[in-house]
Amino acid sequence: MTIYVLRKLAFFVGAVFVASVAIFLLIRGAGGNVAAVVLGKSATPEAINALAHVYGLDRPLPVQYADWISNMLRGDFGRSFRTNESVADLVTARLSISIPLSLSGLILGLLIAIPVGTYAARNVGTPSGAVLALVSQVGVAVPVFWAGILLSLLFGVRLGWLPTGGWTPWSQSVTEALRSLVLPVLSLGLIMAATLIRYVRSAVLDVMNQDYLRTALAVGMTRTQALLHVGLRNAALPLVTIIGLQIAELIGGTVIIETVFSLPGLSRMILANVAAREVIVVQSTVMIIIVFVITVNLLVDLLYGVLDPRVRATR
Amino acid sequence: MSGANALEVHNLVVRHDMLTAVRGLSFALPVGGRMGLVGESGSGKTLTALALMGLLPMGWQADGSVLHDGVDLIRQSDRALAHRRGRTISMVFQDPLSSLDPVRRVGYQVSSVIRRHMKTSRREAERQTIELFRQMSLPRPEQLVRAYPHEISGGQRQRIMIAMALACYPQLIIADEPTTALDVTVQKQVLRLLNGAVEQRGCALLMITHDLPIIAAMCDTVAVMYAGRIVEMGPVGQVFRSPRHHYTRGLLESQPTMDNIALDGSSRLTSIPGMVPPLHSLPTGCAFHPRCAAATEKCVAEVPTLEGGTRRAACWHPVESMAEAAAS
Repeated sequence: MTIYVLRKLAFFVGAVFVASVAIFLLIRGAGGNVAAVVLGKSATPEAINALAHVYGLDRPLPVQYADWISNMLRGDFGRSFRTNESVADLVTARLSISIPLSLSGLILGLLIAIPVGTYAARNVGTPSGAVLALVSQVGVAVPVFWAGILLSLLFGVRLGWLPTGGWTPWSQSVTEALRSLVLPVLSLGLIMAATLIRYVRSAVLDVMNQDYLRTALAVGMTRTQALLHVGLRNAALPLVTIIGLQIAELIGGTVIIETVFSLPGLSRMILANVAAREVIVVQSTVMIIIVFVITVNLLVDLLYGVLDPRVRATR
Repeated sequence: MSGANALEVHNLVVRHDMLTAVRGLSFALPVGGRMGLVGESGSGKTLTALALMGLLPMGWQADGSVLHDGVDLIRQSDRALAHRRGRTISMVFQDPLSSLDPVRRVGYQVSSVIRRHMKTSRREAERQTIELFRQMSLPRPEQLVRAYPHEISGGQRQRIMIAMALACYPQLIIADEPTTALDVTVQKQVLRLLNGAVEQRGCALLMITHDLPIIAAMCDTVAVMYAGRIVEMGPVGQVFRSPRHHYTRGLLESQPTMDNIALDGSSRLTSIPGMVPPLHSLPTGCAFHPRCAAATEKCVAEVPTLEGGTRRAACWHPVESMAEAAAS
């Protein structure tokens, strides 16, 4: 187990390094210059170059890279060229929207997907099972923005129960902040559930055909008990992997929902800063997300070892 | 039901849509009796066992009656059946590795059965589990209860399955090819332990196998199945010494013994020509007629019935016994 963890950590460092180089080169390869954005369309090339020099963007790339990385390692994520806000502050502010949004979306998705997927697995070949399979298939095909627009039309415009978009910060009003999150979480959760139902269904279906489930019945469990005690515990193994992947996708992957509901979340911030060629902000923010994603993957791998004694043994 | 039988099966039929895999099976197993059910793969042995347990795979249906402990198992609700399984009737499966829950400790898997049915405390169930492991000659039971199925040998796994089946002192154990997945060297040991435990508890045993020597060693009666029907049954010694059905004789003659394996490598083993018929095209009359040397037109046209008392064979032209053959 120790060797396994060490190997995972080595992989972690390697992945972070490769990712940092890739982001650094990609944002610069995109062309454009923050100095030009700041000075506007009428700026002369001389003026742009002068400002770029102030920002340190005319230095050789390896020097810029080393500078950025060494600052990051010291916990200094840099500052926006235009507003001089620190990246750490920017990200923290945005996370107060993005984290509740994506976590609640995922939890809602799971709360729907686990019972519905299990039900679908138990009713394979019956009309209700077929209807569920069809509904989740349709759900997968529905784009998240369309679900968002429909929900906001119904609850926001038609019924007027909830805001159609916009954001009230937590510090102003917790209830209003919650209200502005309801529809985004609902759309995200429903779309997520559609995908997850299919994974839950196939995982449970697979477990249902295993000999050990028959053994559980043979020693006196009812079908429901066997499914709950033996089935879900075994079906959890593949599901943990899927959930890990979904978490990774959610952080920074909620840009569409944030746009539909005008939420100033992390994804939209990155998008805006890419457009403005705020290289330091983009580099640092994306790096933070990448470290988070790799950490989630590491946790999933470790959790796998906890859930499955066979995995533990081979490590 | 007569109190003297642990199991009474009347006209059991197991079908899946148009396919009928078990076609009217009847037999009785007395309390403490041991019966062997033999036949090639595809003869319906395993489906019979699963039907008795109420564990048929999705889509399969059982008809007839299965009397056990004063009730007809076929007509029991799911819940009532679940309450019996593992308590008055239990089963040992073929492959112990896939039959044990891979993510739970073996001790827990056995003790949870005891707690479920005997309503004992956790401590008491764990104590009984260790005792069961000891009876099954499992090494270091106190440590072994904490092992996961993949950490122990196949023979140990099957002994744990047997311990699980025996845990609540059932009246009947159904063992479906319990040693097929094991190394030859441990087969004998597992069978001896199963035999001893069954004997000690006085529980009835239905042994399903294609391995005739196992039946000869462990059972008092035997039923030979072919294409979903019993073709011959009776006391093991009589059936094996002088089979009346041509299929039974064929099975016995295909068994390798020290006598019919020649040292020069040439084998004098015989085999039954042809194959077990598929379910969707079962022959008319006696299902064995296409493979039988003694078959006549009557065998094609009419289904022979199992006639007689304890010693019965469903054959229009039964094999003559040694005595009759000598007399004629």
